[in-house]
Amino acid sequence: MADPMGHHEQYALHVNGHTLEVRDAWLGESLLYVLRERLGLMGSKGACEQGECGSCSVTVDGRLVCSCLVLAATAVGQQIVTIEGVAPVGSPSDVQQAFVDAGAVQCGFCTPGLIMAAHSLLERSPEPTEMEIREELSGNICRCTGYGRIIDAVQRVAVSRRDGGAR
Amino acid sequence: MTEAPVRDQLRGRLGDSIGRPDGVAKVQGSFEFSGDLTADGFLWGATLRSPHPHARIVRIDLSGAWRISGVEAVVTADDVPGKATYGLISDDQPVFARDVVRYVGEPVAAVAADHPDTCRRALAAIVVEYELLAPLTDPERAIDGSHEPIHPLGNVVRHQRIVRGDQTIEGPVVVEGTYHLGMQDQAFLGLEAALAVPDPGSDGVELFVATQWLHEDRKQIAACLGFAEEKVRLTLGGVGGAFGAREDISLQVHACLLALRTSRPVRMAYGREESFLGHVHRHPCTVFMRHHAHPDGRIRRIEARFVFDGGAYASTSSAVLINGITHAQGPYKCEHATVDGWAVRTNNLPCGAMRGFGVVQACFAHEGQMDKLAAAVGLDPVEIRLLNAMETGDTLITGQVIENVAPVARCITETAALPLPSEPVGGHDGDPLRLPGGSGLTADRSHIRRGIGWGVAIKNLMYSEAFDDYSTARVRLIDGVASVKFATSEVGQGFVTIAGQIARSVLGVDEVIIEPIDTSVGSAGSTSASRQTWMSGGAVDGACRLVRERLFERVGAANDIDPLRLAIDGTDVVDTEGTLRVPVVEASAGDPIDETFEHHHRPTEDLDENGQGNCHTAFAFVAHRAVVDVDPELGLVKVVQIATAQDVGRALNPLSVVGQIEGGIAQGLGLAVMEEIILVDGHVRNASFTDYLLPTFLDMPDVVISLIEEPDPMAPLGAKGVGEPPTISSTPAVVAAIRDALGKDLARVPVRPSDICL
Repeated sequence: MADPMGHHEQYALHVNGHTLEVRDAWLGESLLYVLRERLGLMGSKGACEQGECGSCSVTVDGRLVCSCLVLAATAVGQQIVTIEGVAPVGSPSDVQQAFVDAGAVQCGFCTPGLIMAAHSLLERSPEPTEMEIREELSGNICRCTGYGRIIDAVQRVAVSRRDGGAR
Repeated sequence: MTEAPVRDQLRGRLGDSIGRPDGVAKVQGSFEFSGDLTADGFLWGATLRSPHPHARIVRIDLSGAWRISGVEAVVTADDVPGKATYGLISDDQPVFARDVVRYVGEPVAAVAADHPDTCRRALAAIVVEYELLAPLTDPERAIDGSHEPIHPLGNVVRHQRIVRGDQTIEGPVVVEGTYHLGMQDQAFLGLEAALAVPDPGSDGVELFVATQWLHEDRKQIAACLGFAEEKVRLTLGGVGGAFGAREDISLQVHACLLALRTSRPVRMAYGREESFLGHVHRHPCTVFMRHHAHPDGRIRRIEARFVFDGGAYASTSSAVLINGITHAQGPYKCEHATVDGWAVRTNNLPCGAMRGFGVVQACFAHEGQMDKLAAAVGLDPVEIRLLNAMETGDTLITGQVIENVAPVARCITETAALPLPSEPVGGHDGDPLRLPGGSGLTADRSHIRRGIGWGVAIKNLMYSEAFDDYSTARVRLIDGVASVKFATSEVGQGFVTIAGQIARSVLGVDEVIIEPIDTSVGSAGSTSASRQTWMSGGAVDGACRLVRERLFERVGAANDIDPLRLAIDGTDVVDTEGTLRVPVVEASAGDPIDETFEHHHRPTEDLDENGQGNCHTAFAFVAHRAVVDVDPELGLVKVVQIATAQDVGRALNPLSVVGQIEGGIAQGLGLAVMEEIILVDGHVRNASFTDYLLPTFLDMPDVVISLIEEPDPMAPLGAKGVGEPPTISSTPAVVAAIRDALGKDLARVPVRPSDICL
């Protein structure tokens, strides 16, 4: 693929525990674009391109970010975790399974970002109040569900972890 | 929070709250949405759009784009091999504008190149010289004829009257109002995207696309490409929400055209700003209504005038208009009516389908009227609605008799019985996030006023006016496994879930395979009009029943038993008059049974010149009660609770139904207090998620729900569609609550801060 700006940058990203080479890239590409189009990790979704909807959420060195707002080349040397790195295919995490069971998924486009955000929330606050869930997840827009079942899913995980459920 | 139904069984039957079959893939990020699809050697496609609401194209110079390295195709109207225009009802919309552009965002050209940024630079290098024309942006000027036609088909898309009963009835109680609704965007999260793969020799094309109706897309695409329909094959790409915005063609023809031109796969994917321009929206609408009533509050006659601004192209405006005017009475008895409705063409953004489809507009007006009527005769909002509540057997203002289950009074009383929020203003914990203005910490708690408001709705299900929107399903049973094939667009609503539940229940199997959703089976009609549970549910049910008949014949013949004595019990075929019990796995071993079934709803009629006729297929009903806290000084609203009782017929999957209700209410709340595409002289001012506000976790209140399950004998499974009603009367309920808090008349949505505090 020819580079539109005449650059042929090469760098490596640490994604989901692997070091992945990015070749012939343009430095203007967002982390979201590079994850999806250069590294084939299509789980992160783009829906607004300006950090309003949270669909592209990943963690960079443990911090939840909108990957559409991060230039990929600035994430060199940092640990990136995407939805693909949350749990092996076919073995969903407790948060992922709770989303399915609680009816928190409809079209599913916002879901990977919400899974990232919910995991991040529960790491920081294992037993969040309903208001805390609402505030912490308010950077993730869902157009299908009206959010009620998502809140229920997060609460189910908090209860299950408190009661000793496996992650 | 409302307690959701829990997952009863892994392999759910009808009535069970099972999760989605695609749920694990969706939560793990491995589910492929249309924008995730790729192919070896693909190119990116992109669209050049008009920056003007109305202009003549004087000249297009493509040479600059061709000079950019990596550009493989540049196409305009000159390159469309087949029909130059398309459209759902009227084919009045050009694939690319040729001589005239009629809205900001109208496609003028498209390019294919090796990188999205190459596309962007190529579009910037195309020179289009425009001669600006006066835009028509006031729908009244489209009606009064004072603006020259902006389209060969004229400025009026459709005019329809409803005249019923005694036109001379006046009063004695009269209330009236003029109501206005802004333009709402469906704002699905999964942006428009497709992958077009040309056949060898560019003799046909395969398109993977997020759409609501594969077969209708195929018909329109094939005509524009100059192909026979079988040369165009469509497969549903994963759909990230729809809500009406994917009923019309957007990038489908462009992607196919670029792929055929380059003989390479082409991916197209809109950005958010382009999406605002690239699909139809909910019609802005102005409704005048006057109610004439008896002194006790019983409605005698309604008068109404609707003006729907359809924007530059017809899309489904004519059907939206009919939905609006035929629902003008709301879910209330009314024998005499005079209604005048217009759907017009302007140089604003094209409008078409969005959840609620014309009935949202009618309901906002008739519910405002009901509160005025209540005040005029000294009743409360619940009393006036119960007094006038429609019942099965009542005659609508179109002359059509309601034959469906019509539990309007029950919707109202069950909603009223749901508990009001126990929390005081701001909540027990004094958390400022619970106040209007939220984390802005702007509210002075002592100034906040609480209000309660009501909305009740009737909504038609399925298509209307003599349209046979049938659905097709094929079911194959072998070795106890049922494979179900249909072209029903799964847009997130959960048809794939209930399709499996139907097959398991009817056939007594545990394992169901949902085949790929594509055009290799008959049409399913559109995923719209709250119709797929009824129509495609009916088709899957019908196909399963045919398969079961064959299975019973086989078991009957093998055991010398009349097949009519056989039934499914769990996962066995049993003799209802004997002891025979054969597992379905055994009875279906080796030899497949394959059946296809088309479900058609009962025929409907066109309306006559007086708006009379049995134009609708069926109806559903719902009530909403909203509780809001309002900051009158800053004009901010916090919706505290929405209670609802909805007529669902039969909840095939209660968890899915709850999801539809909560999600629909979120969109109704959005229209009530935040969502509006702002147009100034035909230019969009807020085409982004920063500026077009959507309800977030913090904007959505607790939703308390009562499902009213009275199975409808007319529905194949007793189940009514549930998708649209939640969106319809939640909006007027929220606005009524704000009016109640302020004691102020509010006649437009969304309610803006300035409407409250100025």
